[in-house]
Amino acid sequence: MTAQQQREHYRKPSPPVAALSQAGRLFSLAWEVLRTLVTRRLQFREFVEQFWFIASVSILPSALVAIPFGAVIALQLGSLTVQIGAQSFTGAASVLALIQQASPIVTALVIAGAGGSAICADLGARTIREEIDAMEVLGVSPVHRLVAPRVLAAMLVAILLNGVVSVVGVMGGYFFNVVMQGGTPGAYLASFSALAQLPDLWISEIKALIFGFIAGVVAAYRGLNPGKGPKGVGDAVNQSVVITFLLLFFVNFLLTALYLQLVPAKGT
Amino acid sequence: MGAEVVVEGLTKSFGKQTIWRDVTMTLPAGEVSALLGPSGTGKSVFLKSMIGLLKPERGRCLINGVDIVTCSERQLYETRKLFGVLFQDGALFGSMNLFDNVAFPLREHTRKSESEIKRIVLEKLDITGLAGAEKKLPGEISGGMRKRAGLARALVLDPEIILVDEPDSGLDPVRTTYISQVFLDVNAQIDATFLIVTHNINLARTVPDNIGMLYRKELVMFGPREVLLTSEEPAVKQFLRGSMDGPIGMSEEKDSATAAAEQALFEAGHHAGGVEDISGVPEQMQATPGMPERQGVRRRKDRVMSILHTLPPAAQRHIIDSLSPAEQHHYNVRQVWR
Ligand SMILES: Nc1ncnc2c1ncn2[C@@H]1O[C@H](COP(=O)(O)OP(=O)(O)O)[C@@H](O)[C@H]1O
Ligand SMILES: [Mg+2]
Repeated sequence: MTAQQQREHYRKPSPPVAALSQAGRLFSLAWEVLRTLVTRRLQFREFVEQFWFIASVSILPSALVAIPFGAVIALQLGSLTVQIGAQSFTGAASVLALIQQASPIVTALVIAGAGGSAICADLGARTIREEIDAMEVLGVSPVHRLVAPRVLAAMLVAILLNGVVSVVGVMGGYFFNVVMQGGTPGAYLASFSALAQLPDLWISEIKALIFGFIAGVVAAYRGLNPGKGPKGVGDAVNQSVVITFLLLFFVNFLLTALYLQLVPAKGT
Repeated sequence: MGAEVVVEGLTKSFGKQTIWRDVTMTLPAGEVSALLGPSGTGKSVFLKSMIGLLKPERGRCLINGVDIVTCSERQLYETRKLFGVLFQDGALFGSMNLFDNVAFPLREHTRKSESEIKRIVLEKLDITGLAGAEKKLPGEISGGMRKRAGLARALVLDPEIILVDEPDSGLDPVRTTYISQVFLDVNAQIDATFLIVTHNINLARTVPDNIGMLYRKELVMFGPREVLLTSEEPAVKQFLRGSMDGPIGMSEEKDSATAAAEQALFEAGHHAGGVEDISGVPEQMQATPGMPERQGVRRRKDRVMSILHTLPPAAQRHIIDSLSPAEQHHYNVRQVWR
């Protein structure tokens, strides 16, 4: 299906049907992006430019969000573990929570909010200027040329940022636990190896990768299907961020449930 | 020679809203045709259907034997190479300068060397009057220049069919005539089939060889220019005059109450707008002297004369009047109506 054919929005049949058909077309774009990424040569320059752009708009906000996030988790868990008499596990618990849950989500929210909205606005403006149509008529696939590099860039930036957020968050947590709450540095570090294992790190990066993909695809989908005129593009940007957030939390739930089923916790 | 486009029974809807139905027409090879119609009648949708950007529900659109509506992605991709499309605002790629925009199709689809690409691009920019502007970005130039650059880009692959969406939008009447002249000159040079979508009356009356009009979700007529320009059809006459007096209303067609109320106003002396005298068939614009002869004009003469007896009397009269005595002798017709 061409992007324009995808773009034909039908006069609302009934809400459930409309929602399903939107979902269907979102999936079909996601599939086409995957296929393009695997089978066709990457538009390298576009990719590098987009990678750089998304990274530059999201590194600072995510680092700034990471510190208080790490702190909140450390403080909360710090007092909780004291209550149930498991102080020695504060470090491990907060690091696990941070790496597995907080960090990928923070990363993805920042990427969707900063990078995704820019992708959506850019593609939306190109769509209403008929640039996308022109490209298709000139025999060039907009998915290959524009969408795939952006989605891949969002995915890689997500992985990278996830690492940054994890490190900054852990340091923040350490600082608050050890310096503010008077925890013992040795216990904080030692408990890592007691509870945490390598797959915890993997799932964190896998989540980040998938969230980056979702943020990129949703932004591109809404950008290629804006409403009428400049206002339509504005609404599309708004919706793309909201839809991404909703999808993220849902997918995060699925991935977490799956991971806990598949990978036995350490020591069991 | 350009390719012929045969449209048969084409129908397009979005959900329950039918845009137009049962559109049948043939764009004769190498001739310039225009499609008129009030805003929102689906002229742009029609163009997009012709190049497979939208899929009509019914009907066929044949180009060199390939049906754009039902063909495979592969065939669509191949057939699209025959087309040059000039979108409404030029649809230039905002991040590239004019040179790269015009070079884009060459770089994508040919293995030409950079020096050859440069030669072709500069030639097309020259044809469209943009020599010297190749370093400019689309955001930095006027709407008229963007359109001409879009035309230059549409021309680089030597298209057989050129589709133009509202060349006059955002241009003053003089610039509109200039760009029309470019169309005719390009047509003379490469003999491509043109379809120009417009609601500009001046352009419609003086540029195309054939004219059609979309109205009330249908193609009300399509044929040699003389047919539409001499038509007595109320909607056509109103459209050509640009007047409020007639069946076309502000948004859709008028209901009878509105029409009656307006009619009373006009009879009481309220000016219905538009120009009174648009009757007759003005002389057609021609390619600039020095250009090759437009082959389409010659072929059209043969074609129109062979279907002359099927045309309305007023159109017949104008066609015969426009022939030279030698041609009247050649086609064996006389000015009997005088
Ligand atoms: N992708 C689309 N989805 C739904 N409706 C559309 C779409 N494109 C155009 N339309 C509708 O089709 C009608 C004709 O539009 P258009 O072809 O742009 O008219 P015009 O003759 O002015 O070029 C309009 O009512 C418009 O709302
Ligand atoms: Mg239009």
